[in-house]
Amino acid sequence: MSNHKVQIEVNGKNIEAEVSGRTHLADFLRNNLNLTGTHIGCEHGVCGCCTVLMDEEPIRSCIILAVQADGHKIKTVEGMSEINQETGKRELSNIQKAFWEGHGLQCGFCTPGMLLTTEALLAENPDPTDQEIREALSGNICRCTGYLQIVEAVKLAAKMNKNSTLVYLPEEV
Amino acid sequence: MTKKEQQNVTPYKWVGKKNPPVENHRFVLGSGTYVDDIKMDNMHHAALVPSPYAHAAIKSIDTSEALNVPGVIAVVTGEDIVQSTNPLKQYLEIPGVDWYPLAAGSVKYAGEWVAAVVAEDRFIAEDAAELVKVEYEPLPNVLDPEKAMSDNAVPVHDKHPSNIMWQRKFTWGEVESDFNDSDDEIEFRCRWNRNSTVPLETFGVITKWDEGRKILDVWASIQMPQYPEQIAEALKIPLNCVRVHYDVDVGGSYGVKRGIKHTVLVGYISKRYGVPVKLIEDRLENMRGSDMHGPDRIFDVKAAFDKNGKINSLKMRTIDDEGAYPGRSPLQMGKPIGAIVGAYKIKSVEYEGVAVTTNKTGQVAVRGFGQSPTNFAIEMAVDKVAKKLGLSPIEIRKQNFIQPQDFPYQIPSGTTYDSGDYPAVLNKALKLANYEKLLKWQEEERKKGRMIGIGVATCIEPGGGNALFEPLLNPKNDKTTFPESCQVKVDQKGKVTASIAFSSAGQGHQTLVATILAEELNIDRDDIRVVYSDSLSSLPSQSPVASRMAIVLGGATSGAARRIKDKMIKIAAHNLNEPPEQLYWDGSTVKCNNNSHKELTWDEIVKIAHITYHKMPEGMDPGIQSQFVLEVPTGGTLPTPDGKVQMYPCYSFSAHIPVVELNPDTGKVEFLNYYIADDCGTVINPDIVKGMVVGGVAHGIGAALYEQFSYDNNGQMIAQTFMDYLLPSTMEVPHIDIVKHCTPSPLTSMGQKGVGEGGYMSAPAAIVNAVNDALVPFDSEISHVPITPYDVIQKIFINKGGTHIV
Repeated sequence: MSNHKVQIEVNGKNIEAEVSGRTHLADFLRNNLNLTGTHIGCEHGVCGCCTVLMDEEPIRSCIILAVQADGHKIKTVEGMSEINQETGKRELSNIQKAFWEGHGLQCGFCTPGMLLTTEALLAENPDPTDQEIREALSGNICRCTGYLQIVEAVKLAAKMNKNSTLVYLPEEV
Repeated sequence: MTKKEQQNVTPYKWVGKKNPPVENHRFVLGSGTYVDDIKMDNMHHAALVPSPYAHAAIKSIDTSEALNVPGVIAVVTGEDIVQSTNPLKQYLEIPGVDWYPLAAGSVKYAGEWVAAVVAEDRFIAEDAAELVKVEYEPLPNVLDPEKAMSDNAVPVHDKHPSNIMWQRKFTWGEVESDFNDSDDEIEFRCRWNRNSTVPLETFGVITKWDEGRKILDVWASIQMPQYPEQIAEALKIPLNCVRVHYDVDVGGSYGVKRGIKHTVLVGYISKRYGVPVKLIEDRLENMRGSDMHGPDRIFDVKAAFDKNGKINSLKMRTIDDEGAYPGRSPLQMGKPIGAIVGAYKIKSVEYEGVAVTTNKTGQVAVRGFGQSPTNFAIEMAVDKVAKKLGLSPIEIRKQNFIQPQDFPYQIPSGTTYDSGDYPAVLNKALKLANYEKLLKWQEEERKKGRMIGIGVATCIEPGGGNALFEPLLNPKNDKTTFPESCQVKVDQKGKVTASIAFSSAGQGHQTLVATILAEELNIDRDDIRVVYSDSLSSLPSQSPVASRMAIVLGGATSGAARRIKDKMIKIAAHNLNEPPEQLYWDGSTVKCNNNSHKELTWDEIVKIAHITYHKMPEGMDPGIQSQFVLEVPTGGTLPTPDGKVQMYPCYSFSAHIPVVELNPDTGKVEFLNYYIADDCGTVINPDIVKGMVVGGVAHGIGAALYEQFSYDNNGQMIAQTFMDYLLPSTMEVPHIDIVKHCTPSPLTSMGQKGVGEGGYMSAPAAIVNAVNDALVPFDSEISHVPITPYDVIQKIFINKGGTHIV
């Protein structure tokens, strides 16, 4: 197998690595970078569990090779929250808070893909209708929820982007 | 009323209140720990060699080329496994039908594992697996379950000449005379085709054998009763040498995550070769070779009834195509016995089950454990009776419902339903759907040529799980207990930690336990930690199956909490010099009925228990901790010889009303609305309950309209990927409106019942009834699932005078 040098910006960090030609991006993120929040469900590009953002667009990291991401910006679920430099606490994005508050998940396996697809949707359409949400998420399968609370969570996230005091969440420890 | 009694009628502070589940935090962070996220030093990987044939003798296996690949440490075959392990547990007595992780002698379905390659890297293992050369001699196969039952059928297992693994006819009540005395009867056949709940995470497992400690450590994506026991039995090691780590998030299960064969395989390899081994199925292995398919049934149903719509008796025969290895799956014909008359007062029932092997992938428990197919058959029968009598689907149900005053109500098969108010729940669903108006609208739209269908189905959801189908189907198995447990401790700083002994797959058990502890102990839910222990440090558990955890884990949690409170009251009584009867909890302070100056706070009692032992009552253990093991309510009794059984303790109820439209050009079934009224007793967490109901409907939509593991004539599974095994997306699952009702169970700590499976049990029945309602103007019916666009188009085409579509 051929090996290739790649340079990929992952969650704002510049990564230089050598990968084999056949390593897909999901394996690279999970195995080489230990970013295990990206999940692998089908490895043929249908279920959407492995969705990450490449240059702000949702893509399936199981059918993109790591070498194809060379020179691009990748965002995974680990990049959605950040440490507040003043308080030292990890702060969730509004989308994450809304999925928590709205119980837009059960087992959590499809969740990272749902969150990132939602991020791309709300960036493009800050105030989507139910139908627009369903269309945007139609490539992300969830076997647990039946989607109702996911759609509600996305709507809540859109509202929170305008008014972030909407949710009650347990105080972080 | 004393102050203590006043406490008892205080409404719940935590239970039933909207409060985001605690698990959600790690899942939105992406920091859940699934089995494939776990890595360890020197970890090796297993890759599998599958059979290309549905039935063939294995003539030889040449592993030499694979073994020469650098990084490969072993290639294991069925012969190795047979020599070193016991067969995997199957729940029937079926001599000659041995099930091992790898095929030995012959393969019995396409995709069955023949060999496993172990290498330091998964790429290497997969590459080397392709170099294993297996010589086969193809044998004739048997795929049709009815043909498989005939005397001259090819046996799937040559040491068990018949493909019938189990067959029994039960008769409860005066079936024949009830049929003779009835005015009329209907008879039909319906077909539930093979599907499964197919979680997005495939099954995975890591095992590591520690020779010095004599422990096999197991991390797995598991939801399975008696998992450690079966590992120990198969690997011929003592049970206390198996340590299953339950702090592993399971990426969906819905019954099917039962990778015992995977675990025994890698456990054997770990022990034999001294390395930790990880086996993560890829999607193809999961769909084809995992033995995780679901029920595959033919139902023959007769119902006898009077002109006024009273249904008197039911006869049901079900043939279940188990695939090659029956495992636990035939028991799925046993569970429906506990709700065999649905929600109706049917006097007598004849029920026959037949479990048949064929050359297909094996089955495993699927959400509802067989009740969803059976409810589909029952509810179809009810609609057919209505149709024959010209009654509405509502009238027929109301006419036959068990009434609220009838509870506790014993059905003919010996099971007593605990509580319910079926007419009230159905009425709520009708009101939610604005049913009368809906019917008028349908009539108008039909005149315009639209094919609108309104379906109605109800469903009894047994909850609690006592596994009495085990002795029912196999009297040699006299297991009558199915306990669950909880351990709780209050630490030196007064904080509460609970420990549970199984893995969760999204059901929210940490939230369940924390909510009940918060309620019982009157402390903040988010101050409570709930941790997963391992199988060596835990108390008895039977895992989260059978919609049982709110009932049994909830009950065990309440029990443990009450022991904590009792102990704290005793410590307070000793220190306040008052009898315990005079003391009561006011928030987190113990107060005294007859002396308002006497009180001890939570923190003061904690300090006495942990630090100032000289203040403890004599002989009391230091610290504050408790354990509670709860036998499932109504458990502990064997079935009677004539097959009467108290199957589960608690019975939830729901009514579904989907509104569909059939597209006359494409045959697509589209949902216009979906209404549900649901009664699962006291709700612990409303978000979780809502998710369970709606998620169950999504699975039901898949089963009714999309999902099927179909096979070709050579026994090749032709729906092997998500391109052809169709999972409902946001576009197929509609918005769903739900209204709740609450009839508490008299058998549980807070009146709670089960809710994990009802959505899946009701939806297929309701959707089929809706499609058939849409087909009424075409005078035709579809009586199988999944209903494909082709099926719909064909009915329309035939109605227009065609014969069939090619």
